Amino acid sequence: MAHLLKRFRYHIAVFFAVVGPGFITAVVDNDSGGIVTYSQAGARWGYLPLWTLLPITVVLIITQEMCSRMGAVTEKGLSDLIREEYGLRVTFVMMTLLVLANLTNIMAEFAGIASSLELFHISRYASVPISAFAVWFLAVKGNYRNVEKIFLFACVVYVTYVISGFLVKPDWKEAAIYTVKPVLMLDASYINMLIGMVGTTIAPWMQFYLQAAVVEKGVTAKEYAESRIEVIVGCLMTSVIAFFIIVACAGAIWSVHPRDINDGKEAALGLKPFGEYAVLLFAAGLFNASIFAASILPLSTAYSVCEGMGFESGVNRTFKEAPVFYWLYTLLIAIGAGVILLPNFPLFKMILWSQVLNGVLLPFVLIFMILLINNKRLMNEWTNSRPVNAVAWFTVVVMIGLTLALVGTSIKGMG
Amino acid sequence: MAESFLYFTELLNLPVYDLKHRRIGRLRDAALVPLVHQSRVDRFLVGAGSIWFSVRYDQISLIGLAGIQLSDEKLFPYHSDEYMLRMGRDLLDQQIIDVNGRKVVRVNDVTLDIERASGFDQLYVKEVDIGLRSIVRRLLQGAVPRKLIRTLQQPIAPNSIPWDFCNIVEADPQRRLRLNISHDKLELMHPADLADIVEELGPAEREAIFETIDSEVAAEALSEMDSKTQASILESLEPDVAADIVEEMAPDEAADALGELEEETSQEILEEMEQEDKTEVTELLEFEEDTAGGMMNTEYASLPDTATVTDAMAMLRANEDLLENLNLVLLVDAEGRLTGAVHLARLFLAAGETPLKSLAQDPLIWAPVDMTQDRVTELFDKYNLFTLPVVDKQHVLSGVITADDIISVLRQK
Repeated sequence: MAHLLKRFRYHIAVFFAVVGPGFITAVVDNDSGGIVTYSQAGARWGYLPLWTLLPITVVLIITQEMCSRMGAVTEKGLSDLIREEYGLRVTFVMMTLLVLANLTNIMAEFAGIASSLELFHISRYASVPISAFAVWFLAVKGNYRNVEKIFLFACVVYVTYVISGFLVKPDWKEAAIYTVKPVLMLDASYINMLIGMVGTTIAPWMQFYLQAAVVEKGVTAKEYAESRIEVIVGCLMTSVIAFFIIVACAGAIWSVHPRDINDGKEAALGLKPFGEYAVLLFAAGLFNASIFAASILPLSTAYSVCEGMGFESGVNRTFKEAPVFYWLYTLLIAIGAGVILLPNFPLFKMILWSQVLNGVLLPFVLIFMILLINNKRLMNEWTNSRPVNAVAWFTVVVMIGLTLALVGTSIKGMG
Repeated sequence: MAESFLYFTELLNLPVYDLKHRRIGRLRDAALVPLVHQSRVDRFLVGAGSIWFSVRYDQISLIGLAGIQLSDEKLFPYHSDEYMLRMGRDLLDQQIIDVNGRKVVRVNDVTLDIERASGFDQLYVKEVDIGLRSIVRRLLQGAVPRKLIRTLQQPIAPNSIPWDFCNIVEADPQRRLRLNISHDKLELMHPADLADIVEELGPAEREAIFETIDSEVAAEALSEMDSKTQASILESLEPDVAADIVEEMAPDEAADALGELEEETSQEILEEMEQEDKTEVTELLEFEEDTAGGMMNTEYASLPDTATVTDAMAMLRANEDLLENLNLVLLVDAEGRLTGAVHLARLFLAAGETPLKSLAQDPLIWAPVDMTQDRVTELFDKYNLFTLPVVDKQHVLSGVITADDIISVLRQK
């Protein structure tokens, strides 16, 4: 008995030692783009889209689990592995796409910062430059362990969505029914909404970030069992938060008058009839999500690119030792934040572009992941089991289908 | 005009011509045979249709951007390559260690020197290319003529590592032997640099390095790492190899590293250790990690409190290995209880027959084994200590804590 207790305590200790990467990735997943997509789904379609969250969660868990397993076993980042196995040219193309896709994602994050703080009556000409500088400073001058603690705390702030979900007093019975009852309609905008939900939840950058974070954390193959639990719990959290955002918008906006909304600010304002608090909580959540993602995306991009291309990288190096790393990091933030301040900048078009780029990149990332994780030389006994492979390939096929459709509609939207 | 060097990426896909100047195929890869020569390109793998031929270096007469001209017609199909270090497969895109620059780098390209003799050209690996210039070159190769690429890359500063300073990391011990790869060069680095490098590598490569380098160097490098990395390395090694390394570590660091392991693994390693080291480490393992007992090490200089300066000098001469971090000589009574401490510098100013007791610092500062880490740190700060003796419940001297232990503790916070 005492022995059992000791083992249990050991596993708990290991669990807390590996906590971080999975939670952070999963929660950053609900970034400003994600929140807008979920709000839009709830405001336009009410409780109908809730059923998609179950399959999305399964797919999310499968992809995230593979990345963290690769990180723990090989102790190398995804871009490192792609470079070593598939050469420089492939890596270069992937990294170029990743930089472009992430740059537009970063723009969306700063747009989220601007619009959420405007609900608190703070001008974007103050909020965006200050946030951009804070983000830059945090990573360059901060210590990774402290930064991770701040991030983990930020995960807690997502509770605001759960509270706003309750404040609007939605129809819980209907929400429960549609969570498990799939509704398919041959309506172009409904299908678009479904594709959008999948697209924002499973993005290419996450795979690179998660694997790098697992490596950085020093998780080893032996501690992997605990790390896997963390990843799965993180994915569940993502979906729970998405659930409450959809429910809040369904209860507040759709039940009054179903309509389209264009940004997070509009979604937050839609909650006005349920009190100032509901609005402020929603806005606070949006700000948290945006700045959280804005802190992680540029850094993660710079790391992936430099590792894949073989440039020196890391915030523990000086500017002189790792010039490419710092320039890339700084430029991503400067451009991402800068364009938000330009009057008449076609932000909406940019976000559509980012969805297209993400969509083009994702199938390749997923295919490389499956090929790498089934490479016995790299993974030893940790390769995918047959059922996991079957589900993974099925996921890839579905994702390719969905993203092709998304790319198609996005390009049409731009035309 | 004949070139004096070739890049490996230029060499790839060059046409290969036989004696009658007929094109027989293209170059697919080139390999060194390190057991024969460390830098000469020994084999050229030529793809002709679906078959690959293996061409030896002495079967070639001319090498240049225009192509490769053979001087012999007896070609053998390529099959086994156990003794070959294939540049395209084993070097390009992989990580190697730059011993001189003390970092892990990724190979983008390889620069080869052409040594020309009449009708007998040979290639020697000169340096490994990293950085932007080689990236541009590789991205363009195949899409743009080779000569044009050479012109285009001119404005970008080259970034290369001489072949002599490159250390290849091979995880498979059999292959390491066949390819004559040693990690001797790594032993010349400062242990702290080696530690940084090793932390960047994957687990298999890490294990390979620690298995082959001298256990003293391994111990010093290991001491520079955080305890989690230490544990994962020790775990991956065979218990006897791990034991050799742990024996070379300072007992307090050895105990910390072993304390991070699961009990079963640390027992296995302890079993393999020599009795003396084993006892010291086991004693230290008894203490809680964040108390004075867990922080202390048992390498110190002590003398009976009746000793003189001459005795102290004789003791120091006999224990030269202690000198590096030593600044206190501790005095104990017949039962081993701590009675005083003398600053090393005082010994030089005093006459030979002076009793050490008269030189002892006053007041004597010490810590009990169960003092908390925070209190110990406070003592160091308050009294500006370099070394702090630690005593057990009977006031018997058990070990010392030195300033470098405190710095590690503070950095971890």
